[in-house]
Formats: sequence, C-alpha cells, structure tokens
Amino acid sequence: MRELGARIRRAYAANPLHLLALLAAFALAGYVVTHLASEPLFVRMLIWFAGAIIGHDLVLFPIYAVTDRSLTAALHRLWPRTTAKPAVSPLNYIRVPTLGTALLFLIFFPGILRQGQQTYLAATGQNQQPYLARWLLLTAGMFAISAICYALRTRRSAARDG
Amino acid sequence: MSYGFPSRLWRTLERHPPPGVGITQAWRSPLRGPWLTAVLSAVLLAGLPLVIVTGLLDYIAYGPRFGQAFPAGVGWLHLPLFDWPTRPAWLFQVTQGLHVILGLVLIPAVLAKLWSVVPKLFIWPPARSIAEALERLSLVLVVGGILFQIATGVLNIQYAYLFGFDFYTAHYYGAWVFIAGLTVHVAIKLPRLLAGLRSRSLGAELRTSRAGTRPEPPDPDGLAATHPGPATMSRRGALALVAGGTLLIAVLTAGQVLGGVTRRAVLLLPRGRSYGSGPTDFQINRTAKAAAVTPADTGSGWRLTVRGSGQSMVLDRPALRAMPQHTVRLPIACVEGWSTVQTWTGVRLRDLASLVGMTSPDSAHVQSLERSGLFNHASLQRNQIHDRDSMLALRVNGADLSLDHGYPARVIVPALPGVHCTKWVHSIEYRSG
Repeated sequence: MRELGARIRRAYAANPLHLLALLAAFALAGYVVTHLASEPLFVRMLIWFAGAIIGHDLVLFPIYAVTDRSLTAALHRLWPRTTAKPAVSPLNYIRVPTLGTALLFLIFFPGILRQGQQTYLAATGQNQQPYLARWLLLTAGMFAISAICYALRTRRSAARDG
Repeated sequence: MSYGFPSRLWRTLERHPPPGVGITQAWRSPLRGPWLTAVLSAVLLAGLPLVIVTGLLDYIAYGPRFGQAFPAGVGWLHLPLFDWPTRPAWLFQVTQGLHVILGLVLIPAVLAKLWSVVPKLFIWPPARSIAEALERLSLVLVVGGILFQIATGVLNIQYAYLFGFDFYTAHYYGAWVFIAGLTVHVAIKLPRLLAGLRSRSLGAELRTSRAGTRPEPPDPDGLAATHPGPATMSRRGALALVAGGTLLIAVLTAGQVLGGVTRRAVLLLPRGRSYGSGPTDFQINRTAKAAAVTPADTGSGWRLTVRGSGQSMVLDRPALRAMPQHTVRLPIACVEGWSTVQTWTGVRLRDLASLVGMTSPDSAHVQSLERSGLFNHASLQRNQIHDRDSMLALRVNGADLSLDHGYPARVIVPALPGVHCTKWVHSIEYRSG
C-alpha cells in the first residue's frame, strides 16, 4: 500500500491529496455547468468568462505594462543620467494619479460613457449626464495633488542639497 | 529539472516554446516575489470569504422557499436554507452593503495580486507533471471566476447590461465556479502563503525606502525576477498604492450604504445622486413610468383587495387611512448595494390580516398594479407579516408616497430586500398552512 502511494506520488509528482482536492473542485465546477447548460445564453456566459481572463491577462496587463515601460523610458530620455537629473524622479508622481484615474474609469466607465441609458433611466428616473465631468474633475484633482506633492518634495530636496 | 509522468511529453513541450513565451529576463520589477504575493493574498483571503458569504446570504433573503430567489432550482448550490429574519432591521442593509462595497474595494488588491503573479502565465513549459497541469487548469476557475464576478457585478450596479445574459443566473453560478476554484487554490497554496509571509518582516518592509529596496531572492515558483531592474518604488510604496486605490473606491462608494452626508461623496455611482430635498425625494428603484403604472390606475378609483380564509375585503385609501396608523424609521435596501433610511407610516400587515379573520397567517402574497416585471409580486413569510413594524405604507416622512415610491400603498418590512417591498399594491392574500 505504501509502495503504491509512493508510485502515485512519483508519477503524479504531488501528494495524492493534491489530486483529490483538484478533482473535487473540477467536479463542483462541472456540477455548476450542468445547471447552466440549458440556459439560452450559456455560450455567451462562457465567452464572457474566457473573455474576462483574456481581457485582463492579454489586453489590460500588456497595455499598462507597456505604458509604464514607455513612461519610464521617456523620463530616462528626457533626463539622461549624465546631465542634471531632477533630484526627485517624477515617475511615481505621474504613475499614481494615472493609476487612480484608470482605476476609476475601469470601474465606473458605464456611467462615464453612458452605457445602458434605457435601463438606467427605468431604474432611477435620471440620466447619466454628470459622470464624465465628475470623472474628469477627479482626474484633475488627483494630478493637481500629485503636482503639489512633487513641487514640495523637489523644494525640500533642493533645500537639503543646497 | 525533474518531470512527472509522461516525462517525454513534458520534455518535448519544454523544447518547443511558442514565440514570445518563456523569456524570463523580460520581467524587471524587483518587487515581485513570494512575500509581496503572500501579503496581497492574505488581504484577499480575509476579504473574499465575506463577499462570498454575504452574497449567498442575499440569495436566502430573497426567499428561495417561495421560488422568488434567482436563479431558481440551484440544486445543492446554496447555504443551508432558513427563514430570513426581520431583526435586526438593518440586516439586509449590512449583508448587501458589505457584499457590494467590499467586492468593489477589493478590486485594487485583485489587480495587484494578478500583477504579482503574471510572470507565471508566460512560464515555459506550462507544466512538468500532471499535478502541475491540473493545478494550472484550476487557476482558470479562480482567475476567470473573480474577474467574471467583478465584471458582471460592476455592470449590474450601474444598470449597464452589456453582457446580455441574465445577471442573477450568471453572477450566482459564477460565484460557485469561483468558490470551487478558490477553495482548492487556498488548500494547495496556504503553506506557500504562510511561508511567504514569514520570509520577510512586514515592519521592516514598512521602514524601507525605495533606495533601500532590494529584490526578493529567487524562489521555486518563479515569482521573483531573475534579472531585476532597479526599484522605482519601495514595497511599502506599492502596498500604499493598493491601499490608496482601496480607500479611493471606499470613499466613492460607501456612502450609498452609509447615507447622510457620505452619500455626497458617491460621485460616480447612480445611488449617490440627489433627487431634491422634499419628503419623497430619495432614491427610486424602478420608476412608475418604467412599470407602466399611470395616475389613472392609482387615482380615486384605486382599491386594495385583502383576501384570506375564504373572505375578501375591498378598501379604498381613506378607509386605510382611517385604520390605526403605525410610524417607524426603517432602512430600505437593494441587493445592488445601496440603501436609504426613511420614516414610513401605514397600516400594520397583521391588522390587515385580521380584517379578513386571519389572526395567525403563515404567508402572504402581495400583488402590484404593475402588469409585467420580475418583481410585480412577492411572497412574505410568517415572521415578515407579524413583525410589529411590517406595514402597508401609505405615507413617508409625513407626506403621501409619491407615484415613483409606490403610491397609493407599498409594502415595508424590516430587513426585506427592497424589490420585495412591493410598490403600487393591488392585493394582499393571506394564507395559512
């Protein structure tokens, strides 16, 4: 019996409990799918499920990674190491408000872009008119605060060096 | 490198990487590593179970016993069923509020966690054993599950049904797919999480500036970069960034549950909007126009029919106003994660029952004037009829209900989901047994 366990472990390359736990999870997911298979829009749900993974891993992540690399590279080009580099790197003072505004767009884009106007009106009796302006104001606020922080930080650093 | 069975397959796979995959030098951030991933995982492990449980509780609040919880016929996929209580009166406000607001504020942690493990997605070979292959396959349930739940939930609370399928069905079953994936993921990875947390001191990291930030040492999972660049941000900075995102979302959303002045901070969601300052100027869910209820239906010709024990009684609004009136301040809460507290006045549901000789009804069926629509009727449990504050409300904040809030009469029951607080009530039938 112990011999069999060891052989399974070698061939499977993990504890048999690992296999049992995974099979239980797949079986539960399968049970869920049996409930969904008769749904008229089941395929569309599957597409959204797969699309959520692809949308994050192969669209959103590459976009923000490439944007960040480009930003870092651009700042390097603007202030090469050899010349007088700003004592405080502006990188994070650009990154933080950009991420903030992107996060708000990611979550609240339906209002900002006025998606689902009919259902919105039926549910609330209102329209989605104010959201774009509010998002832009929040964006302006975040960048302004970041600029003030950067100015203070640069001044403090200059005072220290001078 | 050792291979499990069938080793030839895994070896062949390793020798034939598709273009662009397996370039480990491409990952530059020195912040990635078991410790950072473990910290973010610990945050999610603390928060997500609460989101899951409150979501499953909301299903019970809808009353599956009456077939009015969606989706119906879920087999074993539900918490143990019980009659949803009416006390504390803020119960549903808290469960749905936690579910939605906590779900929203965890989004930055989810994104950060995915960022911290993204190099593994491009690792080649994807597996060196059946164990590894199955484990990676299970990540489809975890990652797909959480992103699907976030996407459908975020769209639903903003009434943008871009997905086209039924929200309740997709979000409920999506949750169970996620539960399956998350449970096995935690079971397998918990030792890694604990080891990761122990690998560095949180206090020391919080005292380390960018200049002092060094890469985590190489780890067997390949989270830490093999060719790290210089740190552009400290670990405490990265954690503060995630915390800042969490705080930003909290400030912009929590007010739709907390109400009062905090609602003014809800700048980007429907339920932060003001309707004015009059007694009936509070959040509306489904307008009379959308429900096709017209002033003609609700004018002086309106009658309420009360039925039970073979009797029936027809009352007009003056007759209802002549009955003993009860006034109470109660929250009304929607499963979409918003609520409002108002002062309601009306006739107790148990007093209406006694009009037709029902002193101890077991359930009640309420029908709206609204002809179509998922929520044009609702069934109430025994405790929901007999609660001292359960009523057919006629007035709110000292004024008659407005048409959009259910004039001439609507149901108000403590801790009952808002959509079951039927508006424009046309009839109530009390039942026993």
